[in-house]
Amino acid sequence: MSDPAIIQPITDTPQRRAILRRLRRRPSVKGSLIALLIIVVTGLLLPSLALQNPYDLSSFSVMDSRLPPGAESFDGQVFLLGTDQQGRDMLSAILYGMRVSLMVGLISTAVALVIGICVGLTAAVLGGRIETLLMRIVDFILGFPTILVALVMLAMIGRGVDKVIFAIVVVQWANYARIMRSTALSERRKEYVEAAFNLGYSRPRVMFRHIMPNSLNAVLVVATVQIASAITLEATLSFLGVGVPVTEPSLGLLVASGFDYLMSGDYWISFYPGVALLLLIFSLNLVGDRLRTALDPKRS
Amino acid sequence: MMNALHADAGPTPPPVLEMRALEREFTRKPVLAERLLGLLGRQIDIPVLKAVRSVDLSVHEGEVLGLVGESGCGKSTLGRMLTGITSPSRGELDYNGKPVTELSGQALRDFTLDVQMIFQDPYASLNPRQKVGDILAEPLRVHRITRSETETRKRVDEALREVGLDVSYRDRYPHQFSGGQRQRIGIARALIVEPRFLVCDEPIAALDVSIQAQVINLFLDLRRRRNLTYLFISHDLSVVRHIADRVAIMYLGQIVELAPAARLFAEPAHPYTRTLLEQIPSVRNRKRKFHAVKGEIPSPLKPPSGCAFHPRCAFATDRCRAEAPLPRDLTETHRVSCHLFDNN
Ligand SMILES: Nc1ncnc2c1ncn2[C@@H]1O[C@H](COP(=O)(O)OP(=O)(O)OP(=O)(O)O)[C@@H](O)[C@H]1O
Ligand code: SF4
Ligand SMILES: [Mg+2]
Repeated sequence: MSDPAIIQPITDTPQRRAILRRLRRRPSVKGSLIALLIIVVTGLLLPSLALQNPYDLSSFSVMDSRLPPGAESFDGQVFLLGTDQQGRDMLSAILYGMRVSLMVGLISTAVALVIGICVGLTAAVLGGRIETLLMRIVDFILGFPTILVALVMLAMIGRGVDKVIFAIVVVQWANYARIMRSTALSERRKEYVEAAFNLGYSRPRVMFRHIMPNSLNAVLVVATVQIASAITLEATLSFLGVGVPVTEPSLGLLVASGFDYLMSGDYWISFYPGVALLLLIFSLNLVGDRLRTALDPKRS
Repeated sequence: MMNALHADAGPTPPPVLEMRALEREFTRKPVLAERLLGLLGRQIDIPVLKAVRSVDLSVHEGEVLGLVGESGCGKSTLGRMLTGITSPSRGELDYNGKPVTELSGQALRDFTLDVQMIFQDPYASLNPRQKVGDILAEPLRVHRITRSETETRKRVDEALREVGLDVSYRDRYPHQFSGGQRQRIGIARALIVEPRFLVCDEPIAALDVSIQAQVINLFLDLRRRRNLTYLFISHDLSVVRHIADRVAIMYLGQIVELAPAARLFAEPAHPYTRTLLEQIPSVRNRKRKFHAVKGEIPSPLKPPSGCAFHPRCAFATDRCRAEAPLPRDLTETHRVSCHLFDNN
């Protein structure tokens, strides 16, 4: 059968490329992307180049305790951002702390995201009692203040990087589950999903091959913003003394450890880790926010 | 009743699909307050929407049955029940003479694949993240219809050609096509599992007028080539006139008239059918102002008493308001539900 009305397709650009192009075009995004890149690279790589390993008690000396920024140690090292009460180089501590913070933020967000996506999808596709049960659990978790739940949990299971990650996952997966369920529900009603069932595809196949890829946008955008809030939560918990152990200080714990000396004028112990935390969260938020605008289909 | 037609021609094959008193209702879940009242022993009334009310209808091998009615009368719901996408609330649906609820294993798979649906919205009916080639290949892979990837590829190309699309479109995404092209992709996807029966749910309503005739011709072509049976849904009688052998008129969830197409257009019986026919611009009444059927479409949540059409019917009597008309056979093939024909 030949058809004279065959028209060539309208455009050749897949959506994704257009989104990336839009992201790159915006200068403020460029700035925060670069800032983020620098932070991630320094956070993840530079610790090996740092002056000292702040986890290794033998690499620093109490003799250098609480030196101001720029001071020189008794053996000739320069502490650009000063030292803390144990004589640790603040710059090294911040670099290592940033790595801990980033790691906690990324891992906990990733795990919570996977759990939330699976739960939300299952609820939307199966419906009925299972949906009711899953969403009750979600409502229950979201009903409590995040910090309180995490605090109580850590008070019970103790400190540790893995335990902080666990606590953050427990309080955050429900967010993703709720968003995923609502987007998946609206996808589920679309005709291509009916067509998939009509063609005899299994439920898991329809869930993961058809509904999921079309429901991820919203939840991924939220996740980029949630990385920042996971890091904030970790910092808060560590500041309150239930987060990471003193031997592996994160930015929040560094701020806390300098807190006692703020009033006596040794501001740098708290101040510089605080600034680093602020920069990290700010650029993560900025990128997440721009990502949301770029992914918004109404703008295209 | 329809079978009486074939009575002389030896044993009649069962209809491909037969609906007996088929019904579908929609309700919402009780909200918390209502559930609490229910726990306290109070009677709670959650509104029930009867989308399809007691439909008896058979579709025979090789025919095109048109289903016509206003928006919201339950056409799509009926079509979805035939394909198994929606399950009936009550009543029976037989496929090849066997209730579909009793099918299992291979027979259930056959029913699922044999009855395929063509959707109204060509923009929503294709997965936007799949390439056209994958959309068409997926059923073949899932059901292991083809033995190798080369065979799959061959079948995909054949399907594309059959619906008048270029084989190079395999590697493109749905958003790169126009509405008419997408509808063809949707048709190719249904055809690739070699169905016997297509439920076409207003397949051209969303298309440009210039494309509509082409797609109709494609359906006629396919029917001839593949001996397909159609349930062709439309809100427009003039579309059905071109394609249907028999026409069923639906009003508020019920079939009010059923007749061979030629007879329905020549001698419409039901007052609703007559008003629908008057709306078709033809050579004779082209100058007449186009108007929809007078009166509002009643809510399926609260269907009128007696004959559901009475608030809009010019012939309505007290009896119509009190008593629902039963279907009557005017001829062996012409059935109507209206009190006007009770004492003929
Ligand atoms: N999933 C659903 N949940 C609740 N109500 C529904 C659902 N599907 C359909 N309905 C209702 O059932 C009635 C019949 O709907 P249906 O889609 O079958 O009508 P239709 O004749 O196909 O209309 P249209 O011409 O607009 O497509 C409508 O009142 C509709 O609101
Ligand atoms: S039964 Fe009465 S109201 Fe209904 S269509 Fe016939 S005449 Fe009109
Ligand atoms: Mg419809």
